[in-house]
Amino acid sequence: MNESEKTRRKTRWFMLGAFVVAGAAFALIAATSMSKNLVYYWTPVDLYRAGNKAYGATIRLGGMVTPGSIKKLGGTAVEFDVHDATQHVHVKTSSVPPQMFRANIGVVVEGTMLRDGYFQSSRLMVSHNNEYKAPAKGHPVDQKTLRKMMESTEGIKD
Amino acid sequence: MKTAWIFVVLGVAFLVAGSYLGLFVAPAEEYMGNVQRIMYVHVPTAWNWMLAVLYAFGAAIAFLFTANAKWDARLEAGLEVSTLLAFLLCCQGSIWAKPTWGVWWDWDPRLTSVAVLLFASIGIIALRGFVDDPHRRAVWSAVATIIASVDLPIVYYSVKWWNSLHQQQSSPQTVSSQFHLPLRLNAFGVLFLMIGFIMLRTRVANMNRARETALPPMTEHAGEIA
Repeated sequence: MNESEKTRRKTRWFMLGAFVVAGAAFALIAATSMSKNLVYYWTPVDLYRAGNKAYGATIRLGGMVTPGSIKKLGGTAVEFDVHDATQHVHVKTSSVPPQMFRANIGVVVEGTMLRDGYFQSSRLMVSHNNEYKAPAKGHPVDQKTLRKMMESTEGIKD
Repeated sequence: MKTAWIFVVLGVAFLVAGSYLGLFVAPAEEYMGNVQRIMYVHVPTAWNWMLAVLYAFGAAIAFLFTANAKWDARLEAGLEVSTLLAFLLCCQGSIWAKPTWGVWWDWDPRLTSVAVLLFASIGIIALRGFVDDPHRRAVWSAVATIIASVDLPIVYYSVKWWNSLHQQQSSPQTVSSQFHLPLRLNAFGVLFLMIGFIMLRTRVANMNRARETALPPMTEHAGEIA
């Protein structure tokens, strides 16, 4: 066996080792994602399901802004309801709402659930879905679009 | 060498055409308005970044399989170009995120997994700088690249596996047909530019390697005396 053949054998062992490590890492992450250990936000249903654990801790709450619930509180403060398929949570925030903020859009709010029955947030983020539309003449939002927009947060399917 | 420059010129031409259509011809998005136009660079960057990572991954495997130094040069080029694209991707994403989401950044699964790969590739480039022996450097960075590439499918599936701030992948059905042409032109523009850059960077890597191995053997075995 010549020198280069020896080197090749050695590097191929390294390749095997790299694949073993990479495969193990991937399996681990895939497994934890299945068991839902990794959660970016809770939907209102998750929040109610958590019971007492939901209070006091800083959490992210995600869902859709309920139409007709948006109220300006003076200054930049806003209150509104966030809902998923079955539950509503009342949210108060001092964060400046982004331009995209409106009824029926997905939001993620960071803050705390208070015993007073509302979610106090200091960070309001708007999450939009994967649709990009050229403006249509006539109705700005048709019924079908609205439906799709409402389904755009994953939690809503629970 | 000439081919590389043809790719670069072609890439710039496509980018100019695509960006012109994207900025001046395509209508603004219904809800986002003009901000949505950043899609014409953000999405092409994302696609081609993934291709660049795949290329580096392939080069790493090919190197470990053949122990041929030319694959190490390709790995180095792919790695650096993918790092550049990942950095651009994060900057463009931030610029888009601030007016739409309301924040520059948040640790959602998609953004986090992209950041992990960006920092991993910066780390591998740094690792290459620390290792003097060319063969050892090639082996270590190939192994590290294969391991880091695990993050690529995680980036892709992050928006499906977990709920995230970043929306799921769009498809031609979810994007108005008036936005398609500028998006596709720019996708090819970034692709050609990336191919040109990788070719040129590979040449630099090969020249560096030739210079390195041309050094007198004394330095190569200096470590063995101690």
